[in-house]
Amino acid sequence: MSTAIEIRGLSKTFNNRFQALRGIELSVAEGEMVALIGASGSGKSTLIRHIAGLLESDKGPCCINVLGRPMQAEGRISDNVRVLRRDVGVVFQQFNLVGRLSVLTNVLVGLLGRIPGWRGILGRYSRSEKLIAMRALRRVGIEEAALRRAATLSGGQQQRAAIARALVQGARVLLADEPIASLDPASAKRVMETLTTINREDGITVMVSLHQVEYARRYCPRTIAMRAGEIVFDGPSAALSLDFLRDIYGAASEELVLPDAGDGEIMIDADPLSGPGLRAAAVPA
Amino acid sequence: MDRTADLTVDSVEIPREDLGRRLYRWAIWATVALLLAWGFGPAEVYRVTGLFTDFANMGTYAAGFLEPDFLHWRDYVREMLLTVQIAFWGTFLAVVFGIPFALLSSGNIVPQWVVQPTRRLMDAFRAINEMVFAVLFVVAVGLGPFAGVMALFVHNVGVVAKLFSEAVEAIDPRPVEGIRATGAGRLHEIVYGVVPQVIPLWISFTLYRLETNVRSATVLGFVGAGGIGFVLFESIRAFQYSQTSAVLLVVIVTVSIVDILSQRLRRMVI
Repeated sequence: MSTAIEIRGLSKTFNNRFQALRGIELSVAEGEMVALIGASGSGKSTLIRHIAGLLESDKGPCCINVLGRPMQAEGRISDNVRVLRRDVGVVFQQFNLVGRLSVLTNVLVGLLGRIPGWRGILGRYSRSEKLIAMRALRRVGIEEAALRRAATLSGGQQQRAAIARALVQGARVLLADEPIASLDPASAKRVMETLTTINREDGITVMVSLHQVEYARRYCPRTIAMRAGEIVFDGPSAALSLDFLRDIYGAASEELVLPDAGDGEIMIDADPLSGPGLRAAAVPA
Repeated sequence: MDRTADLTVDSVEIPREDLGRRLYRWAIWATVALLLAWGFGPAEVYRVTGLFTDFANMGTYAAGFLEPDFLHWRDYVREMLLTVQIAFWGTFLAVVFGIPFALLSSGNIVPQWVVQPTRRLMDAFRAINEMVFAVLFVVAVGLGPFAGVMALFVHNVGVVAKLFSEAVEAIDPRPVEGIRATGAGRLHEIVYGVVPQVIPLWISFTLYRLETNVRSATVLGFVGAGGIGFVLFESIRAFQYSQTSAVLLVVIVTVSIVDILSQRLRRMVI
């Protein structure tokens, strides 16, 4: 299997003061589904934004390769970053859809990198392109909302529209930055299942940052845990017992566990690799 | 009951505002007074008594104004419509050319070394009044409405660029980042990420500028740049107060109609 994401020696300092990332070394193979966990401010979002080519790292010997091509190196984003970004879909905590545009138009935005520039600017999409977008909307289950303004959708629906945008984009790697942090438990579950489906069926590499470790254990075979800008754990999610979390995070570990996790037993015992049985285990609503 | 009784007892004290804040308030009033005193002589405000001593002149004025003469109303209406047409074109051109300048003076779209020069250029356009531009364009393109269109256009490019860019700088950056992350180009980011967010404000600003431009266009004729201003100027100069009064009424009615319509439309888009 070839490498989807490879990071060497990545550090990031904001305003010459706050060091958000320190010497990150990371490698993700194609087709993996990886969770990125950590408390607020531990550097999850910053890391994801670097991989997506939305933030420049500090100067120095560092490189980020995505699908074998350099996204940025030594603090400079690659010149053809717009071409590279097409292969990397990003899903954000706040969905980052354009609220006043229809869901369909928002999803069609995913095609902009692949069609002639002027057609995108004028909004001239062909029938087959619209069908691609509609099929993506059907896959995420919000086909009927296609012509509604994005802002009128619920949070969970908006997040699924954002995933549809990444699907239409033809991304090989999907980065999800706290995709469920603003959602209710039922919507969160649907979004996580959608991510799992596209990972399994399309072989898209998924890296998803999560606030709560339960979701990591349930949906992602591998977890990378961060603390204060460093990777403190990288291994099978099943190894993340509550005691282990307490070892890593101390008192802050409470923040990573669902406060209303009534049946924590399921959470801990759930084997992330066991397929359908997993999904039957419902998140407490 | 006890509490009510307490109020009569002098047990509470009214807190006194601290000295700094009182001085500050006095300083503001003193500054205003100083500025007015400074301008009193140069602005010849002392001649205010003339309003009363020359009351007879005012009487003649008023008498003429009270009997508007609508003999040439067709001319007035035609010139007034021309004035509105000048305002339409001036506004349209200002918006078309103002949008790129607005984007170039938005700090969240282009780097500061582009923003600052563009803004200074727009400041210059805005600083010079329409009437001054009108005189300049009358010299350049000759007497007539086109000089008026150009005058409104150039001045308003500056205004539109400023208003529009303020809307652009206030957008939510997240949707734009979402579009950027798909690998779309810069223009795509603007068309899909920026414009949908600012369009209601832009429409509202455009209508507001149209209102203002209709008002401004009524005086462009004073310097020969077309419209009803010329008729107005001529009748005032010929001491035809009855006609002046009629022209002014036409202006008031038209400007009111434009204002009301445009405000309705603005309420619809926002």
